[in-house]
Parts: sequence; structure tokens; C-alpha cells
Amino acid sequence: MKRLSRLRRHRAAGPILLVFALFTIGTTFQVASAVSNNATTAAERSATIEEGKQLFLKGCSSCHGLNAEGGAVAPSLIGVGAASVDFQVGTGRMPMADMSTQAMRKAVVYTPEEINALATYVASLADGPAVPTDEVLNYERDGSVAEGGELFRTNCAMCHNFAAQGGALTQGKYAPTLMGVEPKHIYEAMITGPQSMPVFSNKTITAEEKLSIIKWIKSTEAEPQLGGAALGRVGPVTEGLLVWTLGIGLLIGVAVWLAMKAR
Amino acid sequence: MTARERIAGNVAGYVDDRTGAAKWMKKNLTKVFPDHWSFLLGEICLYSFIILLASGTFLTFWFDPSQREVIYDGGYAPLSGLKMSAAYASTLHLSFEVRGGLLMRQIHHWAALIFMVGIVVHLLRVFFTGAFRKPREFNWIIGVGLLTLGIVEGFLGYSLPDDLLSGTGIRIAEAIIQALPVVGSYIAFFAFGGAFPGEAFIPRIYTVHVLLLPGIFLALITVHLMLVWYQKHTQFPGPGRTEKNVVGYPLMPAYMAKAGGFFFIVFGVTAFLGAVASINPIWLYGPYTPGQVSAGSQPDWYMGWLDGLVRMAPPLETHALGHTISWNILIPGLILPGIMFTLLALYPFIESWATGDKREHHLLDRPRNAPNRTALGAMALTFTLVGLINGGNDILSTTFHLTINQMMWFSRIAIFVLPPIAFVITKRICLSLQRADRELVLHGRETGRLVRLPHGEFVEVHEPISPEKAWTLTAHEQLAPLELPEYDAAGVRRPGLLKNKIRNRISRANAVAVPKVTESERKEIEHGH
Repeated sequence: MKRLSRLRRHRAAGPILLVFALFTIGTTFQVASAVSNNATTAAERSATIEEGKQLFLKGCSSCHGLNAEGGAVAPSLIGVGAASVDFQVGTGRMPMADMSTQAMRKAVVYTPEEINALATYVASLADGPAVPTDEVLNYERDGSVAEGGELFRTNCAMCHNFAAQGGALTQGKYAPTLMGVEPKHIYEAMITGPQSMPVFSNKTITAEEKLSIIKWIKSTEAEPQLGGAALGRVGPVTEGLLVWTLGIGLLIGVAVWLAMKAR
Repeated sequence: MTARERIAGNVAGYVDDRTGAAKWMKKNLTKVFPDHWSFLLGEICLYSFIILLASGTFLTFWFDPSQREVIYDGGYAPLSGLKMSAAYASTLHLSFEVRGGLLMRQIHHWAALIFMVGIVVHLLRVFFTGAFRKPREFNWIIGVGLLTLGIVEGFLGYSLPDDLLSGTGIRIAEAIIQALPVVGSYIAFFAFGGAFPGEAFIPRIYTVHVLLLPGIFLALITVHLMLVWYQKHTQFPGPGRTEKNVVGYPLMPAYMAKAGGFFFIVFGVTAFLGAVASINPIWLYGPYTPGQVSAGSQPDWYMGWLDGLVRMAPPLETHALGHTISWNILIPGLILPGIMFTLLALYPFIESWATGDKREHHLLDRPRNAPNRTALGAMALTFTLVGLINGGNDILSTTFHLTINQMMWFSRIAIFVLPPIAFVITKRICLSLQRADRELVLHGRETGRLVRLPHGEFVEVHEPISPEKAWTLTAHEQLAPLELPEYDAAGVRRPGLLKNKIRNRISRANAVAVPKVTESERKEIEHGH
């Protein structure tokens, strides 16, 4: 008893206990997170990570750094999560074509397997938002169009336009159109906040509400052109253009014809 | 006389016995109007106004101008169960459940845009040909009034459905009202019956939109047309056309047929646009709530230039005595339009003051023969166009991959720089065209036929133009500058010296012209060759 109390008052007791506690917590966390990822076997997983690392070293490291730690021209990818990689690479935004204003959507460079490998590698560096599974993305079942429209107009329309056609931001940046974007990528954009977009965490917009937004976007995309040619769904600018060209053009043409002398 | 003719005669006689219309009709049905396509531009406005009255009446049968909150349970699924105003819900009902309702809404809106385009092109024709000169100054002012009211009426119509876009527009209108120093917030409070958006505004603007303004329009259009009738239509110069006659065709049958036919063409074009092109798709905008706004919110084009002026204004504010004066809204939103419309309305008087020309004019100017006026018009148009382009800066920057900041800075500079440049260039073009006219009258038309003379020189054969054309090209008069003397006949300095100096300066600028071909020059050249 005497010995124990002497040890307790030893100078090294605090630091040793701290190291011990950290080791315990770390080990427990490691075991626990390994349990949550038991979908693929550890061996498969490490093979995918290795493949992703090789792809990363070839295609991404020149800007993002050899260990994804970021550089002068590109951010660190440690902790951005698989969802972010899946969005950026899966929509063709990465690798970036030019570094002027923002990454634009273009032809996808990698195959789905390669994208998965890259995402798994980046996710292995530190935890971040995961790629939503098909079960999570069941917006047809879990979403509501009307509620989604209301949420979209409140949270998204100010940049993406009332019909999700996209809009201008400052300094040449822009909110892209959401027409033809995969539900998975819309979801990932909301949870990772790419480019100028803010992150909409599940506290701001719940997972179910996100699905409603996706459902509304998809319904708007599929909506037939109810009033005739939609004119880009950008509001009165194209309407004004049409009336000043086709409208008055036809009428002046007829006026010229009416005022011609009969021959 | 056939039986049919006898019956027609009897009916006509019956009506004439009771109204005495025959004499009046005989005189007026044979009234002569000159023929030119540009004289039909005003008719576009008249006909689209009639279309607006007819289609608008249809819309009132279903539209409920109320900001009472309802839950939508109509057929458009993406909005079902949402809270919205009765105005918006009834517009959705009108669009989706009333047979032909959407078509009528679209015809009404396209007709409104065509009405405003018609007014502007008609105004440009009248301005550039000098048709506003004595005795038509009042009619010019009525026209400017119709333009101004048209903008207001259009904006109110755009605001009525209470969708997200129109609510945003009303919010901006409220901000512009509030920008009035001192009284602004009180006027806004009065107009909205309390805080924005309240429940009073849409019922109020509905009354103004369907009753008050159309009534004023009808009255003004009637006076506008009666004055045209009474003062007779202007005509372009040409052989046999003088200040005292009108050369053209009688109303009956020529213009009855042309004008009647043109009405149906205008209706046809409007209905065509209404049938094939979507306009103001309010179901996509969603119901208005003050917490929401869409990217690229725009007014209709006739307000677009004002919106553009507001968008380019730098953020200037003054705080004094507990009041904020928002110069960034006050100047582009109220002061500048006020100045522009006042100058526009007073232009006939300004021009006659500057030129000293107080005579009646029934013969029109060709725009090139009034270079200063044409250049002023081009200057005003350029100003408006820069505003209009900046009004669509967000749409343009995404479409053409420009940055919105560059566009704003371009507009801020261009609004000062481009109009004067447009003035100079237009004036130079006018003078060059005058020179070309002079060449044409003196040396004839270039035939493109090259002839080699015996000593080897090549010349192009010129063909004299017809005497009618030569007359038309030389019929205009060229005014000498005013030259108001500094001293009167008794050697006393005249009052208002600065005013006279300005007048002399403008008058000198007005008189700059390529001298037109005189009779003696023509004779000389004819005999010389």
C-alpha cells in the first residue's frame, strides 16, 4: 500500500498515465472503426488503398502533395472524406483543367473503380464524409417533392436559380446547373460543400430533407415544358430577347409588306 | 338596283335619319393617309392594347387578388400542400385547370411585351423623323405619358401573381420608395398598408392595374388618335408632297383593309408566341416568401435598364440627422429616370428653342438630314442599352463566361463614355450619308459598268437618277445658324447673354451640314457633261 502511494506521487506518473490513456483510446477507436468497415475484408481494403495511393501519386500529388497534405495551389485532402473525392473526380471536376476561377464539370477521367480506389485512399488518411450508399439515396421513397422545392428555394435558389439552372457568383465564379447531375453527386455536394458552396450538414438540412431536395430537382428536370419552349428557364431576359427579335421582327416584316406598293 | 342593295340602302337610310352619320362618315372614310411601313408601328401598340384588354378581362374571371394565405391543393404536384397567397394559388389554377388559361396568360404577357416594344419603336420613329415638331408637341407628351404608364402598368401586372420573382420585384420597388429622403419610409408604409409584404398591396395594385391605368390608357390613346386625325398624318418628303397636303390612300377601302388585316397579324403573332414560347412560368418560381430569392431575378425588359442602372451604382450612403440617404438607389432608381423622362417629354420645346424654328412641320426629316437630333437619339439609346445590358449582367456572365465584376465595371465606365462616342459617330455617319446623297444627285448612280476610253483610261459609267429621286434627296431645307447678336439695333447689350451664347452654340452645331445640291449646280453639271 505504501509502495503504491509512493509510485502515485512519482514525477513520471502523470505523463505515463497520459500515454497509457491515449494508447487505450487510440486502440479502442482503431478496433471500433475497423469493425464499422467490415464490409470488405481488411486485405481487400488495403489493396484498394494501395491502388488508390498509386493513382493519387500519378494523377493528383503534383498539386495536392505526395501525402495529400496540400500545396501552394491545392488544399490538403486529409479529412475531406470519400464523398468529396467521389464528387470532385466523379463529375470530372478533378483533375482540374485550368486553375483560373473554379473547377468545371467535364468528361470524367477515371473509371468508377479507380474513383473508388482514390476515394478509399483519401478516406484512409483521416475520416470524413463517406459516399452515400444506394440505400441512403432512396429519394423516390424517402423524399417529398413539394417540401424539397420549398427547401431548395430557401437554401439553394439564391445561387442555383429558381429552376436549378445555375447562376452567376462574384469574380467569374458560378453556381453550376443541376440539370443532369446524379443524385449521389448532389448529395455529396451538400455534405462536402465543394468550391464556393457551403456545407449543409445534417443539422442544417436533415438527410431526409436532402433527399426531398434531390427529388424536387429530379422532378423539375423531368418536368415537360408546360408553357411551350422553356427559353432556358432563366426568367425575363430571354423573354425580352425573343420579343425584340422574333416578335417585333415578324411584325415589322409584315408592316413593310403591307406598305409596299402593289405591283 | 338589286334587292340586296335596296335593303342595304334602307338600313343605311334608317340609321342616317336618326344619327346624321352619313355626312361625317363620307368625309372621314375618305380621309387620306400616307403610306410607309414605319407609320404602322403605332398601330402595333394600339392592337396589342386591344389584345391586352380582351385577354386581361379573361384573366380577371379566375384571378383572386388576395394575399390571404391558402394551402395549395391543385393539380401541380411539386407545389401541393404548400402555403401560398390566394393570388398565387388562383394563378396556378388559371394556368393548369382553366381550359385555355395558360395560353391566355401567356398571350396577355407577350402582348404586354409587344405593347412596350411597339411604344419604343414608334417613339424612335417619331423622334428620328422629327414628327414631334409643331403642331404635334402635345401628342408627343401624351406618347411619353403612355410610355411611362406602360412601364408602371407592366410592372404591376408582373407583380400580381405573387410568385417568388414578382415578390422580389415588389421588394425592390419598396426599397426604391424607401430611398426617397425623409418621406420614403412613410410612403412605403402607406402603400403597403403596414410592413412589407402585408396583405394590402396586391388588392391595391390589382385595382390600379385593371381599372385605373387601363382607363387612363383608353383616354390618352383616344386623345392621341384624335389628334393624329385632326392634325393629319405626317409624310416623308417626295415629289408632290408639301406641308399643305397629304399624299396617300383613302381610309376606305385601302387602310380599312390594311389596318384591319394588320390587327389580325398582330393578334396572330401574339397568339403564336403565347402558344409556343413559355413566359413567366410562375409555377417554377414558387410562391413568394420574403426569405427566399432566386439567382438571376430580373424585371421584364422595359424595366431592365433601370435595374441595370441600380446594379451598377456604387454603394454611396449619407447618414444625417437620424436619416439615411441611399444615393446608390436614389440616383439610379428615381433621379436619373426622372431627368430622362422629363428631357424626353420636353424635347420638342428644347429643339425648337435651340433652332429658333417655330413653324409647323408636316413633312418629316430623313434622320441623316438632322444629324444633331439623330446623334442625340443614338446617345440616349446607347445610355439605355448599357443600362439594359447591365440589368442582365448575371445571365450574360454565365452565358458568355464573363465575370459579373468586369461587367459591372464595364457598365460603370461605358455609361459615361459610350453615349458621347455614339453621338460623335452617329453625327459623322449622318454627314457622310448627306455627302453620299449629294454625290448621287450630282453624278448619278454607279452602274458598275467600266468603260475604257481611247487613250487607255478606265472610267465607271454613272447613270443619272430619276428626277423624282433627285427631288426627294434635295427637298429638305437647311437652316442657317441663329446668330443672336450681342447688341441690339440701338447698340444696347441684350439681356440673357449667357443664354444666347448657349443657344448660338447649339444652333451652330445644329446647322452643320453638307450643303445640298442647288438648282444651279445641277444645271451646270447637266450642261457641262
